[in-house]
Amino acid sequence: MTDLSHIRNFSIVAHIDHGKSTLADRLIQQCGGLTEREMSEQVLDNMELERERGITIKAQTVRLEYKAKDGKTYHLNLMDTPGHVDFSYEVSRSLAACEGALLVVDASQGVEAQTLANAYLAIDADLELVPVLNKVDLPAAEPERIRQQIEDVIGIDASEAVLMSAKTGLGIPEVLEALVTRLPHPEGDADAELQALLVDSWYDPYLGVVALVRVKHGVLKKGQKIRMMSTGHAYPVDRVGVFTPARTETGVLGPGEIGFITASIKTVSDCNVGDTITDDRQPAAEPLPGFKPSVPVVFSSLYPADTSEYEDLRAALERLHLNDASFEFEAESSAALGMGFRCGFLGLLHMEIIQQRLEREFDLEIIATAPSVVYHITLTDGSEIELHNPTDYPEVTRIAEIEEPWIKASIMVPDEYLGSVLQLCTERRGEQIDLTYVGGRAMAVYRLPLNEVVFDFYDRLKSISRGYASFDYELDEYRIGNLVKVDIMVNGDVVDALAMIVHRDQAEARGRHLCERLKDLVPRQLFKVALQAAIGGKVIARETVGAMRKDVTSKCYGGDITRKRKLLEKQKAGKKKMRQYGNVEIPQSAFIQALRMGDE
Amino acid sequence: MADSQQDIALYVHWPFCLSLCPYCDFNSHVRDTIDQGAWREALLRELAHYAAQIPNRRLTSIFFGGGTPSLMPPETAAAIIKHAKSLFAADPDIEITLEANPTSAETLVLEAFAKAGINRLSLGIQALDDAALSALGRTHSKAEAQACITAAHALFERFSFDLIYARPGQTPEAWKAELTDAVAMSRGHLSAYQLTIEPGTPFFLAQARGALELPDEENGAQMFEITQQVLEDAGLPAYEISNHAAPGGESRHNLTYWRHDDYLGIGPGAHGRLQLDGTVHETRQHRAPEIWLDRCLSHGHATQRSTPLTGDLLVEEVTMMGLRLIAGIDGQAFKNRTGLSLGQAFDPNTIAQLTEAGFLETRPDHLVATAAGRQRLNAVIGQLLNS
Ligand SMILES: Nc1nc2c(ncn2[C@@H]2O[C@H](COP(=O)(O)OP(=O)(O)O)[C@@H](O)[C@H]2O)c(=O)[nH]1
Ligand SMILES: C[S@@+](CC[C@H](N)C(=O)[O-])C[C@H]1O[C@@H](n2cnc3c(N)ncnc32)[C@H](O)[C@@H]1O
Ligand code: SF4
Ligand SMILES: [Mg+2]
Repeated sequence: MTDLSHIRNFSIVAHIDHGKSTLADRLIQQCGGLTEREMSEQVLDNMELERERGITIKAQTVRLEYKAKDGKTYHLNLMDTPGHVDFSYEVSRSLAACEGALLVVDASQGVEAQTLANAYLAIDADLELVPVLNKVDLPAAEPERIRQQIEDVIGIDASEAVLMSAKTGLGIPEVLEALVTRLPHPEGDADAELQALLVDSWYDPYLGVVALVRVKHGVLKKGQKIRMMSTGHAYPVDRVGVFTPARTETGVLGPGEIGFITASIKTVSDCNVGDTITDDRQPAAEPLPGFKPSVPVVFSSLYPADTSEYEDLRAALERLHLNDASFEFEAESSAALGMGFRCGFLGLLHMEIIQQRLEREFDLEIIATAPSVVYHITLTDGSEIELHNPTDYPEVTRIAEIEEPWIKASIMVPDEYLGSVLQLCTERRGEQIDLTYVGGRAMAVYRLPLNEVVFDFYDRLKSISRGYASFDYELDEYRIGNLVKVDIMVNGDVVDALAMIVHRDQAEARGRHLCERLKDLVPRQLFKVALQAAIGGKVIARETVGAMRKDVTSKCYGGDITRKRKLLEKQKAGKKKMRQYGNVEIPQSAFIQALRMGDE
Repeated sequence: MADSQQDIALYVHWPFCLSLCPYCDFNSHVRDTIDQGAWREALLRELAHYAAQIPNRRLTSIFFGGGTPSLMPPETAAAIIKHAKSLFAADPDIEITLEANPTSAETLVLEAFAKAGINRLSLGIQALDDAALSALGRTHSKAEAQACITAAHALFERFSFDLIYARPGQTPEAWKAELTDAVAMSRGHLSAYQLTIEPGTPFFLAQARGALELPDEENGAQMFEITQQVLEDAGLPAYEISNHAAPGGESRHNLTYWRHDDYLGIGPGAHGRLQLDGTVHETRQHRAPEIWLDRCLSHGHATQRSTPLTGDLLVEEVTMMGLRLIAGIDGQAFKNRTGLSLGQAFDPNTIAQLTEAGFLETRPDHLVATAAGRQRLNAVIGQLLNS
């Protein structure tokens, strides 16, 4: 157990790519948490995908031993946090375990949308913020200008911001000193009843369910019987320890400390993140203030490209869910794509990450339908439903009104691209709330329908700003919208997986775009194929794929008929991936490609 | 039992070539030296091995294919022909074809092959354009090809040659001119194959790299149509997708394949389709030349597979092959081979749909593709056999 005055609990918050992970590595290295050899780059980003894409997904924690200039040894508990907006929920819960945060800003890029969003989350959580200006080794670094920008935009004192380079190691000692001198130490009473915040939990193949906890009051010990206050379930504690970053059992965690426990808990869902853990025999009277659970806002259906892999997909989703309880899934079936799952995600990136993990870690080829949001529909009989899937759209005559979710988005962009960004927001039915200029950059705040954002907003924003715009959002409110369901039909049959809900004004353009796109994807057949977009049976766009001109193998095979038969077998295997629409067959891949329409 | 089932055709595979062509995925190999005595012996033994299993057959054709069988010693061909005629009852009209490459060296031995008993020649001309020939990796020139054709005219009553079209960069107009040229040199038979890119060949890799520009579907279709038209006008109508002949000049041997009648295949990688004990069998010989040779010399044959071919597989083969013929499939012959009537084998709705769309002809107790249907035969067969 460490003396409270010798503990500092902190997070690092930053816009993506501003150097959070690199800084964490440096701090670990400097404090001798790992030897040079053990030190692989960005040790905290340990999932393959995180490493590759350079984004932290799951918050990680590490205890550093730091001998400060005052001669005393401190325990610095570092919580790494995700930088991306989709995971702001995970940021908040990490912040709840800390007293302070390092706000990392790239000294060449300056404040970006997620810098702001994450800084505000920290300020809301009453954390002490220490700004640090990273990447000062870059020739383009302008620390003085950025220092000013931090003060102007975020409104915190940046006069003592530490200048550093996580790459060269410059300024790292100063950062460590600032942690000790500028952050408050935690408060807590070792003699009080146990109150520990359940910050995170995950499934470890060797240890089972692991819970990450921050002890507020009391002491957590190996062998102790603990109780989850939300469920009342009790478990004997098997292991207690910290990550340095190597897993180290300490047997005990006192007030102010952050560490892990294992307690023969069966599934991650038995660990409600935000719950309070107390002693089963001497329980605390009150739980700690928790945080509200995350709710999925973006929905998409996932299907195995090979229909025989449905059970594998289910098993994979179950496995992933052990580690990430923030996404939901539920079995469904589609005429076009077969058996699959309707899934809910925290945001678009979250969705993409889950999909990629399924493909990468479980070697599954996945088809994802176009992302959709949750609509609130009031029926004529007065009842209300939540619509998660366009396929479940009720008959038009039964609908009294539809509400769609709106978000409040902040976009930061260099001046020269502002015009196109504003135009994009307008096209997407955006309403301007605010427009300000700070040091050569503009910050536009808009209200936007989420369904316009899940379509291909990110990609468009990136391309029109050449990657310079940054974007962040929060859910705002539900509003009545003039929305319709657009069906796509192949030779008159509706393709369920391609149905979409869009604003009436955009229905025609979107329907036509999808038909045009399909036209290039549907291979020519013996017969003509009609591709149509329709609203409630009324056709709004049409394309035709002409019949094939020629398809015959003319090479001479001698008597090797077996080879010819192989061709047929290949055709048959291909047919498994085909869907029959009247007398034509559409390869599943055409639907998949069409569903990726946001990608261009 | 029908008369045709007592007939047998013989295919002999010679697996060696002087060099390998970049589009080719036949069982062809280049070797510095070949033990000609051993190869002759091995082929003769394998022939005898199979002949013993199918007594009382009438031999209607022999086909020496490859590889480049014109590189085999003419004595080897002579010995095989002689042996075959002694093992089977040879039809007096027997057709004996040799595939040959039109290099000058091979032209010189044509006469010896004629003496050995070859009475039909099939020349791998491929193109009548020097640049195209070298792009196809061929070692002969247009002039050599022409000389070879002249020699063939003098030596063989019947000969044919192969052309490959829809080559990289070829236009429909250029193909028309080339084909017209070719017709003038022909004698009663011509095969025109659209270039197929086979996995694993140098052309396949080049295409994957984007270094091979092939005519698109529209141009490919036009070239196919031009081929039908030009050859029809020249009195060489198609009798199969890629094969054209003056009436009566059809390759008897190849008709055996398309009609799914019995044939015997010997030599490395050769395939056969034979009725053994009343069931159609699929046979295949070892593909690798040296393994084949060793097995034949030690065991008398190098059969890798000889399995009954029944049910759906048999129906598939008979259909796939038969629809390639302009004459299509005769219901009675189909039933003799597969045990099923056409009505039992195919879904009437699919037949009706394909007929209505103009891809199949309406002829009682026949299954015949129309010209439009043959041009899209893969898809038509796909519909027929997959529904
Ligand atoms: N030149 C320079 N590059 C840096 C510095 N710190 C981080 N980087 C680079 O910036 C990129 C993003 O860093 P990372 O730590 O993954 O950022 P995160 O997304 O905030 O975790 C990586 O390519 C790092 O190598 C620095 O001080 N100087
Ligand atoms: C057994 S092969 C070759 C015989 C002989 N060695 C030659 O090259 O002329 C018979 C014919 O198939 C055709 N052929 C071979 N490979 C082909 C391909 N990839 N595409 C189209 N036709 C091909 C050629 O016209 C060739 O003459
Ligand atoms: S095309 Fe003929 S010569 Fe060329 S490799 Fe193939 S078999 Fe041999
Ligand atoms: Mg990172």
